[in-house]
Amino acid sequence: MTIPATLDIRPSSLSPDAAALLGRFVLIVLIAGALTAVDPGFASVSNLLNMLRQASLLFLVASGLTLVIIGGGLDLSVGANLTLSACLAAAAIKTTGNPWYGVAVAIGAGTLIGYANGLMINRLQLPPFLATFGMLWVAQGIAYWFMAGQTIYGMPMSFRYFGTGFFLGVPLPIWITLVVCLACSILLHRTTFGREAYFMGANQTAALLSGVPVERRRLLLYVLSGLTAGIASLVYLARLNAAEPGIGEPLLLPAIAAVLVGGTSLFGGNGNIGGTALGAILLTIIVNGLNLLNVAATWHPFVNGAVVLVAIIADLVISRRRSGSG
Amino acid sequence: MSVTIQLQRRSGMGQFLSAIPGAGLLLILMLVLFTIVNPRFVSQTNLMNVGLQTSLLLMLALPMTLIIMTEGLDLSAGALLGLSGVIVAEALLAGWGVLAACAATLAVSIAFGALNGVLIAYLSLPAFVVTLGTMGLMQGIALVLTNGDPVGGFTPAIETFYRSQLWFIPTPIAIAAALYAALWLLLYRTRLGNYVIAIGGNKDALRLAGIRANLVHLAVYVLGSTIIGLSAVLLIGRTNSAHPTVGIGMEFEAIAAVVLGGTSFEKGQGWLFGAVLGALAITVLRNGLNILSIDSSLQVVCIGILLILALLIDQARKQFVRRTA
Repeated sequence: MTIPATLDIRPSSLSPDAAALLGRFVLIVLIAGALTAVDPGFASVSNLLNMLRQASLLFLVASGLTLVIIGGGLDLSVGANLTLSACLAAAAIKTTGNPWYGVAVAIGAGTLIGYANGLMINRLQLPPFLATFGMLWVAQGIAYWFMAGQTIYGMPMSFRYFGTGFFLGVPLPIWITLVVCLACSILLHRTTFGREAYFMGANQTAALLSGVPVERRRLLLYVLSGLTAGIASLVYLARLNAAEPGIGEPLLLPAIAAVLVGGTSLFGGNGNIGGTALGAILLTIIVNGLNLLNVAATWHPFVNGAVVLVAIIADLVISRRRSGSG
Repeated sequence: MSVTIQLQRRSGMGQFLSAIPGAGLLLILMLVLFTIVNPRFVSQTNLMNVGLQTSLLLMLALPMTLIIMTEGLDLSAGALLGLSGVIVAEALLAGWGVLAACAATLAVSIAFGALNGVLIAYLSLPAFVVTLGTMGLMQGIALVLTNGDPVGGFTPAIETFYRSQLWFIPTPIAIAAALYAALWLLLYRTRLGNYVIAIGGNKDALRLAGIRANLVHLAVYVLGSTIIGLSAVLLIGRTNSAHPTVGIGMEFEAIAAVVLGGTSFEKGQGWLFGAVLGALAITVLRNGLNILSIDSSLQVVCIGILLILALLIDQARKQFVRRTA
């Protein structure tokens, strides 16, 4: 399905986007500079790589979410999806001893949850936040039941390589992040599917009337979100070397914050995956900085909530100015 | 919507059945099923238990109905319940009187309700993200105040209040019934109620009619969090302790109850009594599964399945009505 050339639905032009990305990059450098002034240890290569590794996990969870939000939807189940996928994968690896079964289980479970989300939204015509919010609790409940209060730990070394290994001196999770980021970027900017996703997010009725198969595209978006949550669960499991049903829940707020801080509008039709990557790095630096300043970990939910609120208000101000000037 | 139901009611039993929301049918089905499986289900103590549990859920589901009728949502309800309980408990431990402790939690709840309301009503930000953000704030404050530990050892007066009776009716049930009556009067018998209903239908039209629609919208959120803040007293009375994360997930049950009761997220078509039906259905399901000794985490999954079933029934019913009309 091609869209008439007059309907250019790519994110306006490249320059404002590039400027916004540059702005976020400068912000990151400024915060990093300030933290280095407080504690020179912050700028050490090992700390920076460690932070990038943390950020890569957050990015993986947020990447599929970015696609869904660009398409005008929302996926609140990404954290619970990660939890359930990680628990099932850990059990599969433990019982079979073969890491590849774990990979298959995690990716399969993640994708299936995404598929179920898309199905509920398409068939039952539920609002996305309601369907995925319900899925959050269902997946969480299954994970708690499945684990029955146990923690599965001690993954084989060949599997832990996913989370702790290095390739060409760079941690493997960062490579995985780069691949996912590139894939999402190509999908969004170089394929019809990507264009249709922006179109759907900007104006769903117009997209439907222009012949975009909205339901099929939407289903695929949620499947992709589930897929990235499944991939993230593998990286998390490999790094943590343990699975328990509480791991994913604290990731939901930071993931949404990363998407919003990255400049993707919650109203759909606008945003890009590079921004989400920078947003994930920014959030990780903030948490790392709080740790450097000896702020207790109990503050993290407060900080994440505050970042979400600030980001969404900033998003509103920016979009109002944009629509006011253009 | 209500007009079609009235018309259906006149034209025969089969169509009367089709006007009962899916939750009502499932509720009857579950009552029969659980009674057959275990007759203990209809014992007086157990029914009293169901009533007590429903009353607490209703304290969240009733204000949630109003909020959803304005095409909004409050994901922070559970976190606010937890935070309010912590504030009451900490204030009591610090030697405050019961009334002063309630005043403190009231102030915090009103402040958070106003924050939600201002961002949603005046800035037109999407309710689910705003309340997700404030949920983080509340959860964070509750964790910081308690360091993540449960708070206990405050005055037993709270528990005594929870266990007291008002003319043979347990106080929590009486409070929930009074709240239902008050909200029913507000929603269906006052001008403010008309405005609340109108916000869900068409907020712009309300504004153009010269009503301060934003203020009414804000008031719905403030009213909601006020009710939630005060119901925290019942929550900590039940276990005689406050836990910072105890409320997490209760917002899901409250939203599920409202949706089960047939209130729609679109155009704010709502039904206050539906929340009662929905809350009863959820509590009966949980209670019945408890009797069958099914794990509490699986019960959440069953609530999700119940929700989908009810939605499917309602969808089929709508198609049936459309076909016969």
